[in-house]
Amino acid sequence: MDVLLDGLADAIALLLSGDQDSWSIIALTLRVSLTATAIALLIGLPLGAALALARFPGRRVALAAANTGMGMPPVVIGLFVTVLLWRSGPLGGLELLYTPAAMVLAQAAIASPIVVALVAAALQQVDPDFRVQMQALGATPVRAFAALLGEARLPLLAAAMAAFGAVVSEVGAAQMVGGNLAGQTRVLTTAAVLATSRGQFSLAIAFGLILLLIAFGVNLSLTLVQQRRAVLR
Amino acid sequence: MVIGAWVAAALVAGCGTTPSSGGTPSTPAAEKSLILATTTSTQDSGLLDELLPAFTRDSGWQVKTLAVGSGQAIELGRRGEADVLLVHSPAAEEEFVAEGGAGSRRLVMHNDFVLLGPPDDPAGIRGRKSPEAMKRIADARAVFVSRGDESGTHAKEKTLWTKAAVTPGGSWYQSTGQGMGETLRVTSEKAGYTLSDRATYLTQRDTLELKVLSEGDPGLLNVYHVIEMTKKAGDRVRPDGAKAFADWIVAPAAQQLIGAFGTAKFGQPLFTPDAGADEAKLGQ
Repeated sequence: MDVLLDGLADAIALLLSGDQDSWSIIALTLRVSLTATAIALLIGLPLGAALALARFPGRRVALAAANTGMGMPPVVIGLFVTVLLWRSGPLGGLELLYTPAAMVLAQAAIASPIVVALVAAALQQVDPDFRVQMQALGATPVRAFAALLGEARLPLLAAAMAAFGAVVSEVGAAQMVGGNLAGQTRVLTTAAVLATSRGQFSLAIAFGLILLLIAFGVNLSLTLVQQRRAVLR
Repeated sequence: MVIGAWVAAALVAGCGTTPSSGGTPSTPAAEKSLILATTTSTQDSGLLDELLPAFTRDSGWQVKTLAVGSGQAIELGRRGEADVLLVHSPAAEEEFVAEGGAGSRRLVMHNDFVLLGPPDDPAGIRGRKSPEAMKRIADARAVFVSRGDESGTHAKEKTLWTKAAVTPGGSWYQSTGQGMGETLRVTSEKAGYTLSDRATYLTQRDTLELKVLSEGDPGLLNVYHVIEMTKKAGDRVRPDGAKAFADWIVAPAAQQLIGAFGTAKFGQPLFTPDAGADEAKLGQ
């Protein structure tokens, strides 16, 4: 119990002290996870919409693949990205390994299937007559699609939250492709792992609590947006 | 997903090189950056936190440290993924250097391994020399927790079993596959025995129910070498950075930092600087 209480005290102290190291870790965690989530949305929205709305051969297989991707162990994606980015790998010339960019890449790859699968599920739930209606009202395809996204915005924001939750709390891939470099690629999860292996348990718990706080903050903002619009309707 | 990865790569390719706005220390000269693959002990003990800023200040090189087991560090060197290695697995190192991809290998420092166990010492190894202690642990079928991760510590442990003429196995012999810190904790929780480098043990002993039971014989020396990689290991290896780091860590200033490290906090130094010493005479 002492360790937990010390961790709580440490977390508060870290946040209040303006300690440069912890703030840079927090900033990087947010930067990497939010960028990865944004990229996953950019990739996942159109792909998920296509899977939900278009009819093409192999569509069910693609849906199954997206659903499988949701459960892909991050460490496998981390390994895949590491091998791609190795100096001796196909993308070695970009020199991205052990940079925040590599972490964004791995985390976007983790989050994209989540967004694809949840978006596909969300859009399939919208009443099929909706599109017919929109067309009957003379909406352009783009307008109709935008209206469709609006119709499904609650589950779409849920997809964004799921994607963010998956990447911000992820440690295996972040450690592998980022290398947990102090001041460069150390995020809250890898910092917590390092603190644990150094026997600094209360510090590790402090990082964990700050991580929870961040996840809560981001999800609270998304939920407020989601629910406010839901009420306004 | 591969397409996604490519798109993402294109989108973020610039993001790593622009100065970060998030308050992280930026890397001003990305071209003067080298990769050091080293052991968990140098990171977990805090030694690198002391050394690397001084090296960067002196040389202008930024260091990316990958703290892994010695076996993995050597493998990263072999593939040309690291520029310089700081490792403690002499037999594997010699084999590796003999392959021809590595450049010079120089003695840096040593500390020693200790055999740890629960304070009540059910296998009765207190004060025994390491091979006999290992034999007693095996005979008593007391829990022994191995790192099992091909690290330098794991390599040393295997040597000790060989010397004790024991082939460890069975339910008493447990393998974590993790770093020293985690392995110490597992050992402590299971009231078992383990082999640890002294530095990692000292930094964590307050949180452990483990005591040093066997120490001090020559078989327990833990010797660290720095190995420079060359272009033979891969086109993107930076031999100039490797040389800068290796030259720096065996020079008097760094050796002095190594010798002083830990005294303030633990009342004893964690490592003994050895640059230029005769390896055969270490620990005598």
